[in-house]
Amino acid sequence: MTDIPLATAEAVLAPDTGRRTAPFIPLPRNAARAATLAGAVVTIASTFMSWTYTTDFPGDLTVSGYPGGLQVMTLIGAIITGVVALGAFRLKGAAWLNPSRSNNSVLLLALATLGTTWYTVIDIAAKLGGIANLDPGGFVAAVGSLLLFAGALALPIDRRPQEPADAEYYELGRFEKSALVVRSYVWLREARLHHADMRVADARKLNPWLQRLVIVVVYALGLKILTFGLATDYSDIFLGYLIVVAVGLWGLGAGGLLRQFQQLTHRNKRFAATVGIIAAAAYPFAQNNEHWANLGVSVLIVGTVALGLNIVVGLTGLLDLGYVAFLGVGAYAAALVSGSQFSIWSGVQFPFWAAAITGMAAACVFGVLIGAPTLRLRGDYLAIVTLGFGEIFRIVVRNLDGVSGPKVTNGPNGIAQIPDLSIFGYNLGANHDIGSFTLGRFANYYLLMLVITMIVVLVFTRAADSRIGRSWIAIREDETAATAMGINGFRVKLVAFALGASLAGLAGTVFAHVTNSVVPDPYQFSGPVPPNSAFLLAAVVLGGMGTVSGPIVGAALLYVIPEKLDFLSKYELFAFGLALILIMRFRPEGIIPNRRRQLEFHEDETTAPGKRPLGDDTVPAATAGA
Amino acid sequence: MTTTIPQQPTPEQAPDGAPLLQASGVIMRFGGLTAVRDVDLTVNTGEIVGLIGPNGAGKTTFFNCLTGLYVPTEGTVSYRGTVLPPKPHLVTKAGIARTFQNIRLFANMTVLENVLVGRHTRTREGLMSALIRGPGYHRAEARSRARAMELLEFTGLAAKADHLARNLPYGEQRKLEIARALASEPGLLLLDEPTAGMNPQETRATEELVFAVRDQGIAVLVIEHDMRFIFNLCDRVAVLVQGEKLVEGSSEVVQQDERVIAAYLGEPFEAAPAEGQQTTGEQENDR
Repeated sequence: MTDIPLATAEAVLAPDTGRRTAPFIPLPRNAARAATLAGAVVTIASTFMSWTYTTDFPGDLTVSGYPGGLQVMTLIGAIITGVVALGAFRLKGAAWLNPSRSNNSVLLLALATLGTTWYTVIDIAAKLGGIANLDPGGFVAAVGSLLLFAGALALPIDRRPQEPADAEYYELGRFEKSALVVRSYVWLREARLHHADMRVADARKLNPWLQRLVIVVVYALGLKILTFGLATDYSDIFLGYLIVVAVGLWGLGAGGLLRQFQQLTHRNKRFAATVGIIAAAAYPFAQNNEHWANLGVSVLIVGTVALGLNIVVGLTGLLDLGYVAFLGVGAYAAALVSGSQFSIWSGVQFPFWAAAITGMAAACVFGVLIGAPTLRLRGDYLAIVTLGFGEIFRIVVRNLDGVSGPKVTNGPNGIAQIPDLSIFGYNLGANHDIGSFTLGRFANYYLLMLVITMIVVLVFTRAADSRIGRSWIAIREDETAATAMGINGFRVKLVAFALGASLAGLAGTVFAHVTNSVVPDPYQFSGPVPPNSAFLLAAVVLGGMGTVSGPIVGAALLYVIPEKLDFLSKYELFAFGLALILIMRFRPEGIIPNRRRQLEFHEDETTAPGKRPLGDDTVPAATAGA
Repeated sequence: MTTTIPQQPTPEQAPDGAPLLQASGVIMRFGGLTAVRDVDLTVNTGEIVGLIGPNGAGKTTFFNCLTGLYVPTEGTVSYRGTVLPPKPHLVTKAGIARTFQNIRLFANMTVLENVLVGRHTRTREGLMSALIRGPGYHRAEARSRARAMELLEFTGLAAKADHLARNLPYGEQRKLEIARALASEPGLLLLDEPTAGMNPQETRATEELVFAVRDQGIAVLVIEHDMRFIFNLCDRVAVLVQGEKLVEGSSEVVQQDERVIAAYLGEPFEAAPAEGQQTTGEQENDR
């Protein structure tokens, strides 16, 4: 049910997957529509009222006539819900926001509005001690959003087909005999939304220039939404933002909007990639805030490393639990040749390109050294051995301090005072004014890291779609059959391992300079602070194995969300675990699914064997995530 | 006894008769269990040779010895006069391709990609070439794709090139395994029960496919339980019982051999039954 259909999909789908249209609350059609629209209007109006008496609550909600803080979330949610509802009611002009005309989209968006509004209202009451702290505006908002949601519930919703009358539910175990449990279970099963096979108009019929314009606008909007979220000052506001964005995207996906956008980006691949890169490069210009530039660098670094890990785990199917060691090797190699006075070669200062090659080469050598003995193992054994080697790296580095071993790395003190990079005379440590913008230190490193991420993306896509990439996937699928087809399994796996290691090493060289120092502690299996192997693995699994954008999105979410929600800090690992379990249960192919995996995991739902052709890349049947 | 594929009647001996595969004295022991005992087998160019025997006779184990999945305890396998190293990928490179008894396709790759993987040994483009993508890379990739499509055309799967292998019906999965094996441009194709679980029509189609493969100059060694299939198809048949080669010869010779009949049906009259006592490790050794 956690359908965020970011996946590409086509209208060419089997129509016989079965769908049933029925409202949750029986009401006359016009009454339901009126309630929905009235709810939207009331909610919108409420955001211009004062919600609370004091300014103690994060964001100023006391002002009448102007929405602020969390009210903005409610406002945006309600407006979009209203427009999408008008689209679902077939009003011309509003239809484009809801291409499939499905009420599911309205329902989910109403849920997003309800969620963020009620969260705000309850948060006000809880934070300030009592419902008494709510101004009338708060009550109006609560009632309005509830009306909106109730109205949406009364609209005909596209749902799963009716359960057969004689169905038996063995999965309920001993509760199977309880009529109440069975009835609620059946209700839940029938309540599941189903919109994956809705037909949407083909966006590729648009004027080509209009298509490009849409891509530009969407990317700009995405950048705006992203920076807006990052710029929120309080975790309360960020949580409200998160509810609107996550559930809202789900809702827009239900309407088929994301599917259409993917048709566009697929048609204009190069253009979309270029605009995407420009949008990413515009990020440090979008807000002059060193803290968020720093966040951007960190996300890019862990995302890039996770992408390298994706070659090993996602493509070749080798579970590597010590991958962060390669990042460490790169970082230490770069630190040693950085000219830091704490390096044993303090006089040596390589230019960046040479340092990057050094870091890559060191990590590659280390990868081959670890890979050569371990890659003869399969499955769990490999995982355990890599886990061991990862820890060995950290412990060895800790002990190369001149006391318990030769003096190379200064032990736990690490190598500090790594000087900033200078590329073609451009000092990345200093502020640079470009027009009216000031690029700070982290913004400089962000741009450098962006270039490196692009290189890694290029390496990943090119390697994955080639003879060697096919042999990786073949090994993942069936190693015995792959060797019988003439693939030298050991060698091919070693190449994957070494390539993954080199990419991590490359990211490590920048990492050393960004953080100014390298110490052994971050390079452990798991810990509260990224990067660690468990974090990287979680980013890959959460984002989507075997995809390009998956690990980057996964790393971004795993990095930014705990950063913004400071009340999570104590429970971060717990939240990680919960997120992973939920993803594994409801969307095992990850947030951004690989078309292979999607078919693998959801075959029983919408892809009966042989019923749906996978087609070439223009027909990736990846909508089965409902 | 007739086949629908038009072809010149092949004489009992292969046209040039040159031995392609020579296994001599192959012994495979698993601990105290001898699965294959001192088996000699020769496959000549242009021949279709059958390998039959009751369940557990060691046929698949023998196949695994030939293709390097197992290292034979004793004995040698040579191909075109050179002894084969016991590494599966080197055996494939030398020119022996195989299919598996229990279908082992790359389930989550497309049909075309499966065949392209089969081309692995006949292409050289490494990681660097894939990253740089020079003209040589594009040429090789285009050639591989063209060749793979040809093979799919040959096996009748071209229309399904973009389907996931897992979504093919059973019979087509078998065909795809053959196409994938042929992609490595072998001189000898080993088929391990290619018609298991097929209906008579599918079996007929497979028969024709095997003849068509032979007509391309590829020798075939086939394990099968379907006797009609074997005797229609094979120039020579070898019978393996309890790891030993009992008889080898033309269909008629094998069909009339009393020991073969005894191995399959048991001894007539009150002699000790031979069935039910064969305990060789064929099934579990496949994994």
